[in-house]
Amino acid sequence: MLTIPRAWREKPQRYLFKGGKCKDCGFVTYPARKVCPKCHSENIETVDLPREGKIITYTIVYSAPEGFGDFSPYPLAIVELTNGARLMLQIVDTDLDKVQIGEKVNVVFRRLLVEGNAGIIIYGPKATVVEDK
Amino acid sequence: MVGIAGYGCYVPKRRIKVEEIAAQWGEDGEVMKKNLLVREKTVPAKDEDSVTIAYEAARNALKRAEIDPKEIGAVYIGSESKPYAVKPSATIVADALDITPEAHVADYEFACKAGSETVFVVYGLVKAGEIKYGLGIGSDTSQGAPKDPLEYTAAAGGAAFIMGNDNVLAEVIATYSYTTDTPDFWRRDGQPYPTHTGPFTGKPAYFHHVINSAKKVMEIAGVTPKDITYCVFHQPNGAFPLRASKMLGFTKEQFEPGWVAPYIGNTYSGCSLLGLASVLDVAKAGDTILVTSFGSGAGSDSFIFKVTDRLEKVRNNAPLLKDYAERKKYINYATYAFLRGKIKMREG
Repeated sequence: MLTIPRAWREKPQRYLFKGGKCKDCGFVTYPARKVCPKCHSENIETVDLPREGKIITYTIVYSAPEGFGDFSPYPLAIVELTNGARLMLQIVDTDLDKVQIGEKVNVVFRRLLVEGNAGIIIYGPKATVVEDK
Repeated sequence: MVGIAGYGCYVPKRRIKVEEIAAQWGEDGEVMKKNLLVREKTVPAKDEDSVTIAYEAARNALKRAEIDPKEIGAVYIGSESKPYAVKPSATIVADALDITPEAHVADYEFACKAGSETVFVVYGLVKAGEIKYGLGIGSDTSQGAPKDPLEYTAAAGGAAFIMGNDNVLAEVIATYSYTTDTPDFWRRDGQPYPTHTGPFTGKPAYFHHVINSAKKVMEIAGVTPKDITYCVFHQPNGAFPLRASKMLGFTKEQFEPGWVAPYIGNTYSGCSLLGLASVLDVAKAGDTILVTSFGSGAGSDSFIFKVTDRLEKVRNNAPLLKDYAERKKYINYATYAFLRGKIKMREG
């Protein structure tokens, strides 16, 4: 479980979906990092990330860790946002057979972790596969 | 001109049909549908609550308002399904929308009219010149005890309204609030499900407040039902608002665009505001809209709006209620009971 101070500190990435963009090479990360993992520059700016992307790869979790038992089996995907940033997101509101590589997704705001019946509720991003109309 | 600068809605994807609930309890589904005039209702996912619903609705309202979130000076959420008994929901939504820290933020409660209450108050603050824009949200994951008539209708959803004094898509023409202490429905602290008084929720509660409030606001505005393009009433089921509309002399054409309970259910604090969102999804410049909410306990807020030509310019900035309503997955009673916490699960 996340500690409350850590969850509070991570609000920019969880609530506002902020990432970091390297001003030298343009590489975008989620969450923002102090050092660019590509060119090692420390010249990083905070940016709003787009809430649209596609599935790069995924797995289906059948044996869920503590706190996720209610969701199993559930898909966990590496999503590439439209600006190239990649991050891992739980896929929700989507039948398992609709979770496929290349499928378009939208980022949504959901409960991420719930500390029992008396603890804190942590909110943040998950994703849902875009349905054809 | 003070009015609605942006609006948005959200309802969860899952649905349960009335006949599925009726079959669980040995009731006749067709009779229940006919009596309630509700076919199905929305059900929240395990990771959805009144905060996540309020957030999605408010994001949609911001897309239509086309303003900087920092210009919003007040954020209020009305709900009777707050995730925390003590800790505001509205701080989460205001923070997540980048509105904080310079805003007045609070949670409201008045049974099913808590949502319209927030709109009423932010409208007043804008009109008084205290804030430039204010965000009022009604959002609920409504509770209904197993086998109770409420279980057929208690649904999840919400709508958000940004009130402002420029660039409005609908101007406020008149407001009115009618309140008495009438104990028709309540939930005591610590109780998982509300208690209601059956038929007493009708004539002395819902109809008395809704009819008086709607009549008076029309009198204040100097209009009659013939001058109103669309009417919206609180929808604890499909039947009550239909009867109220007939008692006031409204036609099917005026009533049906805002009649969302038959396919959404009763979203408690979100209910009348979702009806208004549904009407704004189809209204044209010059149309006049009457909205009358109802909250048990009991009271009714009424508004009369006049649509401006800005509505059609920003309507498609965000999903319509129809878009959410058509995106659905039906579930059975067992899944519904699990999602609503009616089955005792092992922790973890």
